[in-house]
Amino acid sequence: MIQADLNVILPEIALAVYAMAALIFAVYTSKDKLAPMLVWLSAAVMAGVAAYIGLFGQGTNIAFGGMFVDDAFSRFAKVVILLSAAAVLVMSQEYMTKRDLLRFEYPVLIVLATVGMMMMVSAGDLMALYMGLELQSLSLYVVASLRRDSAKSTEAGLKYFVLGALSSGLLLYGASLVYGYSGTTLFSGIIQTATQEEISLGMLFGLIFVISGLAFKVSAVPFHMWTPDVYEGSPTPVTAFFATAPKVAAMGLFARVLHDAFGGAVPDWSQVVALLSVLSMFLGAIAAIGQTNIKRLMAYSSIAHMGYALMGLAAGTAFGVQAMLVYMAIYVTMNIGTFAFILMMERDGQPVTNISSLNMYSKREPGKALAMLVLLFSLAGVPPMLGFFGKFYVLRAAYEADLIWLAVAGVVASVIGAFYYLRIVFYMYFGDDTGDELETGNSPVLWGFLMGSAAIMVLGIVNMFGVEGVAEAAATVLVN
Amino acid sequence: MDNLLSITTFIPAIAAVILALFLRGDDEAAQKNAKWAALFATSATFVVSLFILFGFDPNDTGFQFVEEGEWILGLNYKMGVDGISVLFVMLTTFIMPLVILASWEITHRVKEYMIAFLLLETLMLGVFMALDLVLFYLFFEAGLIPMFLIIGIWGGKERIYASFKFFLYTFLGSVLMLVAMVGMYVDAGTTDIEQLMSHQFGTETFSLLGVQIVGGVQTLMWLAFFASFAVKMPMWPVHTWLPDAHVQAPTAGSVVLAAILLKMGGYGFLRFSLPMFPVGSDVMGPLVLWLSAIAIVYTSLVALVQEDMKKLIAYSSVAHMGFVTMGIFAANQQGIDGAIFQMISHGFISGALFLCVGVIYDRMHTRDIDAYGGLVNRMPAYALIFMLFTMANVGLPGTSGFVGEFLTLMAVFQVNTWVAAVAATGVILSAGYALWLYRRVVMGDLIKESLKTITDMSRRERAIFAPLVVATILFGVYPAPILDIIGPSVAALVGNYETALAAAEAANQLASN
Repeated sequence: MIQADLNVILPEIALAVYAMAALIFAVYTSKDKLAPMLVWLSAAVMAGVAAYIGLFGQGTNIAFGGMFVDDAFSRFAKVVILLSAAAVLVMSQEYMTKRDLLRFEYPVLIVLATVGMMMMVSAGDLMALYMGLELQSLSLYVVASLRRDSAKSTEAGLKYFVLGALSSGLLLYGASLVYGYSGTTLFSGIIQTATQEEISLGMLFGLIFVISGLAFKVSAVPFHMWTPDVYEGSPTPVTAFFATAPKVAAMGLFARVLHDAFGGAVPDWSQVVALLSVLSMFLGAIAAIGQTNIKRLMAYSSIAHMGYALMGLAAGTAFGVQAMLVYMAIYVTMNIGTFAFILMMERDGQPVTNISSLNMYSKREPGKALAMLVLLFSLAGVPPMLGFFGKFYVLRAAYEADLIWLAVAGVVASVIGAFYYLRIVFYMYFGDDTGDELETGNSPVLWGFLMGSAAIMVLGIVNMFGVEGVAEAAATVLVN
Repeated sequence: MDNLLSITTFIPAIAAVILALFLRGDDEAAQKNAKWAALFATSATFVVSLFILFGFDPNDTGFQFVEEGEWILGLNYKMGVDGISVLFVMLTTFIMPLVILASWEITHRVKEYMIAFLLLETLMLGVFMALDLVLFYLFFEAGLIPMFLIIGIWGGKERIYASFKFFLYTFLGSVLMLVAMVGMYVDAGTTDIEQLMSHQFGTETFSLLGVQIVGGVQTLMWLAFFASFAVKMPMWPVHTWLPDAHVQAPTAGSVVLAAILLKMGGYGFLRFSLPMFPVGSDVMGPLVLWLSAIAIVYTSLVALVQEDMKKLIAYSSVAHMGFVTMGIFAANQQGIDGAIFQMISHGFISGALFLCVGVIYDRMHTRDIDAYGGLVNRMPAYALIFMLFTMANVGLPGTSGFVGEFLTLMAVFQVNTWVAAVAATGVILSAGYALWLYRRVVMGDLIKESLKTITDMSRRERAIFAPLVVATILFGVYPAPILDIIGPSVAALVGNYETALAAAEAANQLASN
C-alpha cells in the first residue's frame, strides 16, 4: 500500500531528496563556490524530472487516500512549472554571479519551492493544498530578500511575507469553514456536499475565503497590491521566477480547488472569478501606463494576464480549463523571453530597469530588438503572434459559457493594455538617440532564451507542438 | 498549381526573412541590395499573381484556387478567391512594386524599411484571400504592426502621435469584431467563411438592457463588424486617424494606406456584413447610407480648407470611400459593382496623388500648399500627370473615377433619392477642392525663389506613374474587364442577400401569425 503511494509521488520525493542532499553537500564543502555548478545541476535535475513526468506519466493515480492526485492535469502543470523553473535558474546564473548574489541556497530554495508547487497542483485535500502552498511560499519569501544589503530587496521580502501570511490566514479560515460544513478536508468529500441542491451559507463563505486566498497567490485584483513592490524590489532573476512558475502553480491549484472540490457549484463561484478577472484585466492595463520601471510594468502586465487566464476559469467548463492551461503555457514562454531580455539590460555593469534607457535600442542591436518586438506584440495579444491565440482561446471559452460581457471587457482592456507595450516599442524604435548606450552584454544563454521564446511566438502559429491536445486531455480529466 | 494563392501570398514574406537573415551592414551597397531584392520580390509576386487572374473563371461564382489544410487549435487554413476578392489581390500586387520604386531615395534604415513593406504585402494579400475567420482576422490585424512601424520610424515630425493613434484606433475597432467572430464560431461551430455564408444567424428581436434590438443577434454582430470596418474604411465620424496617419507617413506608406489598406474595410463589408448578416445589414443600411452622405459632403468641405496637400488628399479619400459604403449598402447590382470599381480605381488615383505629392516633397521637403505655385513653368511633365489624376479624382468622364461614382449614385438613387441628392453635391465639391489645389500648386507664375531651380520628374518617377496613367484611362474608357470579372459574383451576392431577406421576412410573418 505505502509502496504504491510512494511510487505516485516519486518525482516529488526525488526532487526533495535532491534538494536536501545538495544543501548538506554545499554546507559541508566549499559553500558558495559550488553555487554555479549547483544551479546547472538543479536545472538539469528539474528538466529530467519534467521529462520523466511528461514521458512516463500514465492515467490517474491517487495516493494517501486521495490527498495526492497524479493525473493528466497535474502532469501538464508540473511539466510547465519544472521547465520554467529550470529555465529561470539557468538564466539567473550569470546575472547573480556578476553581482555576487549567487549563494548555494538559491538553487536549493528554488528546487524546494518547485516541490511545493508540484504538491499544490496535485493536492486532493485541503491539508495537502496548504502544505504545498506554504512550502512554496516560505521558499519564495527568502529568495525575494536574497539581496540582503539592499533595502528594497529586504522590503520586498518582508512585504511579501506579511501579505502572504495574511492570504494564508484567509485561506485557512476558508478551509476551516469548508471543513466545518462538509465534515471532511478531502476534495472528493467536499464535492459531495457542495453538489447538493443548495450550497449552505457557511460553505459559501468558506469558498469565498478560499478564493480570496488563492487570488492573492495569482495576484488577481483586488489582492494584487504586493505584486509591483515585490517585483521591483527582488533581484531580477527572482522576479523572473515569480512571474512564471508560481503563477502556473497557483492557477493550477485554483482550477483544481474550484473543479475538484466545488465542481458542483459552478454558478456560485463563476461570477466571483469573472469579477476577479475583469478587475485584473483593467487594473493591469491602466496602472501599467504610468510605469517607468520595466519590472513594475511587467508586474502589472502579469496581473492583466492573470485576468485573462481567470477568464478561462470563470467559464467553468472543461474547455475553459483547457484554454487557461494553454494560456498559461504561452504566458510563461513569453515571460521567460522577456525576462531574459530584462536580465541583459545594464549600463556600466549595473542593471538598469528604466524603460527610457531603451532609447533607440533597435539601432544598435537590431536582432535583439526585433525579438523583443515580437514578444511585446505577443504580450499585447496582437496577431499573428502566439499570444493572440491564447486570448482567442479564453475568449471562446468565455463566450461559450455565456459570459459575453466578460469577453467584451477583455478585448477592450487588451486595447488599453496594448498602449504600454507599444510604448516600449516606441522607445526602442522611434525614440531620439540620446547617446546613453544601453549595454546588453553578450551572454549566449540569455540570448538563446530570448531568441527561442520569440521564435516560438512566431512559429507556434504554424504548429503548437501538440500543447493543445495535451491541455485538452488535462482539462477533461479535471472537469467531468 | 495547387497552392498558387499561398505562393503568391508568401513570396514577399520569404523575401523579407531572407533580407533579415542574410543582409548585413548598412552601407550603400547593402542598401542597394535591399532595394533591388524588394523590387524583385514584389515584381515576382505580381507576375505570379497574373496566373491567378488568367486562370480565374469569372462565370464561376464560387471560390476558386481553394486550398485547405489543418491548422492549430482546430482551425483551418483555407484560402481562395472569388470575383469580389480577385481584383483586390491584383491591385495589391500591382501597386507594391510601384511603392518600392517610389521609395528608392530612402536612406534611413533601408533594410528594415523594405522588410516592413514586404511583410505588409503578405499580410494584405492574406486578408483578401483568407477563407477562415481567424485566418482573416490574423492577417487583418497583423497588418497594423508593419504599418505602425512604417509611420513611427520613417514618418514626419508628429509621427509618434499619428502611429499610436493609428494603431489604437484600428485595434479597438477590430477587437469588437473578434468577439463577434468568436460568437459566430460558437454559434455556427465553424470558422469556414464559405459555410458561414450559408449559416443563418438568429434574427429574433430581443431586448438588451432595455433596448429593443431589431434583427437580434445579426444586428449586434453586424455592429461589431461595422466597428472594425468603419474605422478601417474610414467612415465619418471615425475617420480622424486617417488624416494624421497620412500626413505623417512616408510617401510610400501613404500610398499603401490609401490604395490598399482602406479597401480592406470595403472588402470586409462585402465578405462578411452583407452575406452573413443580411438582416442586420437591412436594419442598419439606412444609417450607413446617411453616414456616407454626410461623410461625402462634410469631408469634402473640410478638404477645401486644408493647407497641407497630403491632408487634403486624405480627406478626399474619406469622401470617396463614402461613395463606396453608399454603394455597398444600396445592396443592388449597380451599387456593389460601382463600389468595387470605385475601390479599385481609387487605389490607382489616390495612390498616384500621394505619389504626386511625394515627387515635390522629395524636392522641397514641405507639403504646405502655400510653399508652391507655378510649377508648370519648370515641371511640365509633372503638371500634366498631376492634372490627369486631379481630373480622375474629380470623377471626370473618361477616367476610372467617373465610373464608380456614377454607378454608386445611380444605385443609391433607386434606394433613397435624398441620400443620392446629397451625395451628388459631393461631386461638385470634389471638383472644387481638387481643382483649387491644382491651381494653387501648379498654375500661375513661378514667383517663389526656392522653386526656381526645381527639376522635372526623373525617369524613375515617370516609370512609376506610367502604369497608373494607363490603368486610370483604360478603365475609365473601357470598364468592362473589371465589371466582367466582378459581375457574376456580385450578382450571386445580391441574389443571396435578397433571398435571405425574403426568408427572414417570411419567418417573421410566420412567427407573428
